[in-house]
Amino acid sequence: MLDQLLAALNETERAAVDEEEYQILQAVVDELPAFSHEVSQLIPILQEIQGKHGYLPRLALDMVADHVQTTIGKVYGIATFYNQFRFNPPGRNPIKVCLGTACHVKGGEILLENFERRLQIKVGETSDDREYSLERVACIGCCALAPAVVVGEKVEAYVTPSKVEGIITEIEVRNEMAAREQAKNDATSE
Amino acid sequence: MSDNLVTITVDDQKITAPVGSYLLPACLENDIYIPNLCFLEGMDDPPASCRLCLVDIEGEAVPVASCRYRIFAGMVVTTDSEEILKLRQLAFRLLVSTNDGSCRTCIANHGCELQKIAKFLHQPLKTKRLRHIDREYPELVDNHPFLVYEPKKCVLCGRCVHVCGQLEKGYKLDFANRGMDTIVSFFSSDSDPASHDCETCLACTEVCPVGALSSKVKWTSFVAELEMKSAQKHKGGQG
Repeated sequence: MLDQLLAALNETERAAVDEEEYQILQAVVDELPAFSHEVSQLIPILQEIQGKHGYLPRLALDMVADHVQTTIGKVYGIATFYNQFRFNPPGRNPIKVCLGTACHVKGGEILLENFERRLQIKVGETSDDREYSLERVACIGCCALAPAVVVGEKVEAYVTPSKVEGIITEIEVRNEMAAREQAKNDATSE
Repeated sequence: MSDNLVTITVDDQKITAPVGSYLLPACLENDIYIPNLCFLEGMDDPPASCRLCLVDIEGEAVPVASCRYRIFAGMVVTTDSEEILKLRQLAFRLLVSTNDGSCRTCIANHGCELQKIAKFLHQPLKTKRLRHIDREYPELVDNHPFLVYEPKKCVLCGRCVHVCGQLEKGYKLDFANRGMDTIVSFFSSDSDPASHDCETCLACTEVCPVGALSSKVKWTSFVAELEMKSAQKHKGGQG
């Protein structure tokens, strides 16, 4: 089934399916039979795939469509409708910009733009090195701290455009320190 | 069927129509024009999303969408009151506030239902009364072998999605995303065998009320002609 789908792709699309994605798709092939073929299972299936693998690869949508006997159009329509679903692997540092009412009023939209420009990715995308992914969320319940941004698990309060650079730098510094620590440990263990 | 016919009154005009059928097509058949974008003859479950076909019906507290209202004996309908006109105008302004409105370079120019409705409702195609929102769409989606889609011209009526869903192979076209980002999208590339049916079908392009969905062949020749004309004009200006 997976090979059939791969064969139906054109050259560039096939080249885009890397080893990691192939592994995920293979796993999805094994997981699908656990679900019934009812179309009402569509969203639970999508949730399960994303829960296990972090995102929904394009071909997985094809497989799901085939499984519940509907069309890829319908599956894609539903998957894009809900903010919950993503089509790129999540980054190591998921950045969630809150655009709930309070954060929106306090300029959350501007922050989102700042992150987009700084990271050179659009909302919903992941940077090429998988370091960052950018998302918009409806409300994280920290309205008193608006505008708020969640980086990984940490809530950043009263974020301003000038703080965006600082947030990224902090992550970079942390990575750099971890890398040096690692290098030092490697050196001592040798 | 014939014994199910009833007489109803629309704007002081008596018309006969089958009881239980939708009001909008009955009016259209009797040359009573009601603006509409999302309705198609034969729809079981009209989406009633364009809100242009509102009418007043005696006994109803509020105006109703005629495309979804079923005919009963003795109903009295008003389609041309001041209030109805205002509501339709508002719905129309909302529609065009996100539309690019560049008629002169549009393939549907002169055959566009949006133009026809604008005339009927005495509304400009570029509204000044609402802020224009430029949706973040690509100008052109042409990754389908036989269709081209211009999202900024799309009114999201859903006619194409409907007819595509009626086909046996069903649903190549569907809505994606939501809210202001909603877009009609097709899911086929050259290598997809199902999309080859599109070459002869093109049903979606025929029902598109505006110039958003067109056959790639027609569109290519239209653009070529447009470029030729502008080149000639340019030349004429110089000479």
